[in-house]
Amino acid sequence: MMAEKYEIKISGAKDMPPMAASLGKMLVNKTGSWRNIRPLVIPEKCNGCSLCWKFCPDFCINIDGDYPIINYDYCKGCGVCAHECPTEAIVMEEEIK
Amino acid sequence: MRPSHLVGGKTMKTTIPKEELVYSGHLACQGCGATLAMRYTLKALGQNTVYSVPACCWSVIDGPFPYTSLQIPLFHTAFETAASMASGIQAGFAIRGKGDINVVAWAGDGGTVDIGIQALSGMVERGDNVLYICYDNEAYMNTGIQRSGSTPVGAWTTTTPPPHFKKSPKKDMVAIMVAHHIPYTATGNIAYPEDWIKKVNKAKEIVGPKYLQILASCPPGWKHSSEISIEVVRLATSTRKWPLYEVENGNYKFTRMTRKFVPVSEFLKLQGRFRHLTEEEIDVIQLLVEEHWADLCAKAGIENQFADKLEGYTEKVKKHHPQWFHIEED
Ligand SMILES: Cc1ncc(C[n+]2csc(CCOP(=O)(O)OP(=O)(O)O)c2C)c(N)n1
Ligand code: SF4
Ligand code: SF4
Ligand SMILES: [Mg+2]
Repeated sequence: MMAEKYEIKISGAKDMPPMAASLGKMLVNKTGSWRNIRPLVIPEKCNGCSLCWKFCPDFCINIDGDYPIINYDYCKGCGVCAHECPTEAIVMEEEIK
Repeated sequence: MRPSHLVGGKTMKTTIPKEELVYSGHLACQGCGATLAMRYTLKALGQNTVYSVPACCWSVIDGPFPYTSLQIPLFHTAFETAASMASGIQAGFAIRGKGDINVVAWAGDGGTVDIGIQALSGMVERGDNVLYICYDNEAYMNTGIQRSGSTPVGAWTTTTPPPHFKKSPKKDMVAIMVAHHIPYTATGNIAYPEDWIKKVNKAKEIVGPKYLQILASCPPGWKHSSEISIEVVRLATSTRKWPLYEVENGNYKFTRMTRKFVPVSEFLKLQGRFRHLTEEEIDVIQLLVEEHWADLCAKAGIENQFADKLEGYTEKVKKHHPQWFHIEED
């Protein structure tokens, strides 16, 4: 996902919204850079329970397909998904930067 | 081998609504339970909702101006005013014929049980049509883990450093709300989102004040690693330290029954904030669990299956009297 497209440029008072209302989405903030370890999905082991999606505190797991797909732009590497997975279909690996 | 039911179809199961009203990119710590509390709540409330949020982690998590993580309007308000701000917003909507909008006061435990309690008490006593939700991480986390009235007995915080760990038990805010004759109040836990969503949906339909309190783990504040964020709060409920129940017009009902005895030490031992506790002190905490459970069973009109535990721990605790906790002599 292109975080840049959500950016709001304020260079002076003329660019300010009429009241202090937040108009931009935090999607601009790619929290994937916080990650030290990275979850890796092993599709063959997935039983389709969606527990990883249900408990991901960063809402960055997509379950529209037939196994979870992690959005590494936002995944902070907390490890909850791997820990909650009942079939060990997600493992945490060293992050390579 | 790939299970056959998964080959080629959209077969991922879900037990909670899929719609997301919170964006990724928010500023919460890794493994933050408060984010899940917000996410599940908005899944139930939907977009016809306005929030009043005082100073707390969530006022930071949401993001700095001019950005937001929520797809609903949120008013940032002063620390002690979540409830009064929400009452005002609701009154404004009602006058303009928009009384159907869900007005929610969303505050931390410090902002609820300590500094915001008089505004909340007034809101409930007046009967304002507001849903007040406290996400309870059991301390003032945003400012660096100071103890609140919701911090459990025995816990380490930066203002209860060794050897002066928290001396008094957690404030029972739900009981305080029941004493206000509130139409609906309930506890929740981020490890049980289905239970929570049911309660939020129920609260949404009730006209008048509603108070919900959801336990949400905080890895830096509770001193546990981020991956066990769900496991740790799940244990809070399975050890009966944080029972799940609701009180509707004064009628108590458990929404999750516990039949198996799991000692409270299972919950405590995962967290650095309780690491210093001695066996005797853990017995005192177990006794508090048994007393609270017995009280809830009596109020719900059901038999206490753990009555023997209450008796056993009362006897045990009488013997050693830890200095940091006041025990009544009989
Ligand atoms: C009147 C006032 N006193 C103190 C503060 C500083 N302050 C901001 S957030 C916070 C802690 C909030 O704790 P809690 O309500 O439990 O929410 P949490 O941060 O734990 O989510 C404090 C003390 C403030 N903003 N206003
Ligand atoms: S590691 Fe944490 S943030 Fe990343 S996908 Fe898993 S649960 Fe979500
Ligand atoms: S300090 Fe705790 S409650 Fe606050 S954002 Fe971090 S994990 Fe969440
Ligand atoms: Mg708090």
